[in-house]
Amino acid sequence: MATPAARGLALPGFKMLAATPPMRTAPPPAVAVLPLNQHTGAPAIPCIHVGERVLLGQCVARAAEGVSASVHAPVAGKVTAIEDRPAPHVGGAPTLSIVIDNDGSDECANALIEPGTALQLAPEVLRERIQAAGIVGLGGAVFPTGIKLTRGPRQRIEELLINAAECEPYISCDEAALRERAADLVRGVAVVLHALTAERCTIALEADKTRAIAALQQALAAAADARIGIRIVPPIYPSGAERQLITLLYGREVPADGVPTDIGIVCQNVGTVLAIADLDTNGLPLIERIVTVTGHGVRQPANVVVRLGTRIGDLIEFCGGYTADAARLIMGGSMMGIALPHDDLPVVKATNCLLVASDQDLRPRSPEMPCIRCGECATVCPAGLLPQQLHWAARERDLDGLTRLGLEDCIECGCCDYVCPSQIPLATRFRSAKGMLCERSETRERAERAGHRYDVRAQRLEAAAAAREQRLKEKRRSARRPADADPDPGPDR
Amino acid sequence: MIELLPAIGVATLLAAAAGLLLGFAASRLVPREDALVDRINALLPQTQCGQCRYPGCRPYAEAIARGVADTNQCPPGGEETARSLAELLGREPKAVDPLYGAADKPRAIAWIDEEICIGCTLCIEACPVDAIAGAPKFMHTIIANECTGCELCLPPCPVDCIEMRAVTDTGVSRRPRSRLAA
Amino acid sequence: MSDLIVILVGTVLVNNFVLANFLGLCPFVGVSGRYQSAVGMAFATLFVLTLASALSYLVERYALAPFDLEYLRTLSFILVIAAVVQFTEIAVRRMSPVLHQVLGVFLPLITTNCAVLGVALLNVQRSHTFLESLAFGFGAAAGFALVLTAFAALRERLRGAAVPLAFRGAPIALVTAGIMALAFMGFAGLVRS
Repeated sequence: MATPAARGLALPGFKMLAATPPMRTAPPPAVAVLPLNQHTGAPAIPCIHVGERVLLGQCVARAAEGVSASVHAPVAGKVTAIEDRPAPHVGGAPTLSIVIDNDGSDECANALIEPGTALQLAPEVLRERIQAAGIVGLGGAVFPTGIKLTRGPRQRIEELLINAAECEPYISCDEAALRERAADLVRGVAVVLHALTAERCTIALEADKTRAIAALQQALAAAADARIGIRIVPPIYPSGAERQLITLLYGREVPADGVPTDIGIVCQNVGTVLAIADLDTNGLPLIERIVTVTGHGVRQPANVVVRLGTRIGDLIEFCGGYTADAARLIMGGSMMGIALPHDDLPVVKATNCLLVASDQDLRPRSPEMPCIRCGECATVCPAGLLPQQLHWAARERDLDGLTRLGLEDCIECGCCDYVCPSQIPLATRFRSAKGMLCERSETRERAERAGHRYDVRAQRLEAAAAAREQRLKEKRRSARRPADADPDPGPDR
Repeated sequence: MIELLPAIGVATLLAAAAGLLLGFAASRLVPREDALVDRINALLPQTQCGQCRYPGCRPYAEAIARGVADTNQCPPGGEETARSLAELLGREPKAVDPLYGAADKPRAIAWIDEEICIGCTLCIEACPVDAIAGAPKFMHTIIANECTGCELCLPPCPVDCIEMRAVTDTGVSRRPRSRLAA
Repeated sequence: MSDLIVILVGTVLVNNFVLANFLGLCPFVGVSGRYQSAVGMAFATLFVLTLASALSYLVERYALAPFDLEYLRTLSFILVIAAVVQFTEIAVRRMSPVLHQVLGVFLPLITTNCAVLGVALLNVQRSHTFLESLAFGFGAAAGFALVLTAFAALRERLRGAAVPLAFRGAPIALVTAGIMALAFMGFAGLVRS
């Protein structure tokens, strides 16, 4: 089947800001703050106490029931607090976090697996170890990887897709990883293929990442693994979004209410696979990640390997500190990043990029004007939706209309936002509309449960009343036949 | 006069035929009112609080179906429910009538002060969804996940040990923040 | 066969009963607020019109004409239409109580829909055969259904639009209907009638 052309925008990348200098490694933090909800699903539950000494890589919070992931100590030291701390997510509400004071020893806990033995483990055991290592999708979705890989093998997995497209402007952590650690990536791919019992892998990169492509080709030639291939995609934002990438490469659509495993594909981010490779190399869980520190507001933009829990302000200091032009701090790229209120927040698993934006990096935003029905938004939408219609429905708070128009399929990429001549903040509107839909479905679910309990209670009361009636009838009947039932004859008989 | 006979005959025959057809149809195609009541009931919040002046959500749904109750009598359902009801029935959407209560109050659930509770079970009998666990002379407690916030347990309590507390977010993140990359 | 097709195309597009002859405007404007109810109404009217058209032909041919009772035409046609509409209401009430609630009084008002009686009388006037009457009735109803659902879809879109305050509600609906009528004038001359 002919693959469709990529829908979206060709955006100026600004990736060379951070991608040009070599990757650096930040020193371990003096204090590590670990929010317990840095993954999709239920927050992790602390399994250590205040005052306890923990080792590097020790599990400090285990995954909760259902979709969840564990959190591990990125440094060795004493747990000084388990309390609410501000965290870098939408809304910024304080979240239960574990605070560890680094004692500088970097003493390691027991390895989760014997280094180098990942390929000898049975696939189910390997998947369970990956889950125990707290590894989550490091592309931004932070979905627990062990669970994602486990959902797969129930259906046949035909292909493992490594998403190295990294289409959002400013972010270059995956590109830097490919340039400097391509061999590790190839090893990680072999481990994931073993965990999935799959036979084929494709690594997808954007056409303009020439050095990364060269490095990867070299590594693949050296590994001589015939199962792995490279495919190049045009540098259009957001072709790196999971569903869009799959449609672009294979011409098949992931069902709207399903996941890629439903069509036999598992998609993983480069950083995630590198974390799995590290698990095999040294048996350590996820305690660090590559973060792109970039923007015209920071003196020495670079890609940095940084331990989780590091204070963002300290990380920016490590990269030369703020310039005089620094205007905003954004976690993420220029399209989908969220603005942070201050830099006294920890690096979490979802922190793929810290964009210290100057006025040069940000487009000035004028106040919102009425929609002129130009239709540009529909032309660029990579999910094939009608943002204009969604806008009208969102204004009306027409939740049924929003569902019918496919709001659930919106990936919040911000392309419609970018092209709107009236400067309507469409992506933000759709995000809050999704919140409304979520709330409504929760309310309906609760109402159904309550209705069910009410019916059961009504039945129980009816049954109790009927039983009482029955007993009363029995009593009356036995009272009317004293010779049969009453052993004690009355005084008049 | 006799010339009118064919006319009267034809007219009578037609009317009789129509009447027979309609009578037959009416007796065989009995309306299933339940289907409409079910659809209406599905839109109600099932709080069973009685603020609409009906003893529960289903009686209110039946009253709406019969046409004796309006769509804006449910404060726990708020404006959203009033609008969905009006849309389902093709009527003009109306704001919730303040006569029946304040709409869109923040969600609250009941809480029993265990220091004061005397174990009389009056609140357990009053709860329409069995969200209170307890037994005579034993401690009573609210099952938080099942409490609908209807406040029907507050009046019967002889020692006034139940109060309503606002509900906070559980912190469970339901969707991935960003769907870019894996 | 070809003249049946000519009748169908003629009634659906060229001489559309709502937009060219301006009959049946009451349910057209009254039920087009929501797309779902408009679809329900369209099907109900389709059923009523086709059946009433056929039955009124039979009544005219076998009950009125043989006995020279043409002066009873209006009376008996109304009787037939009223019976069919009442039957339809009973059926709708059984099959979809929600639709019955939503359509409300417009369902029995199909009896007074001038399009229905108009079709029955025009069949007599143009001396259609039974098949032609059936096609005429079905075509008229199909045309009504087409413009009713299109109009309802347009009105749904208008609900969220930034309509000036003075035009909101009925005025913009009538303006839209007028523009639709203008559009359908484009079909004039498609069929020689």
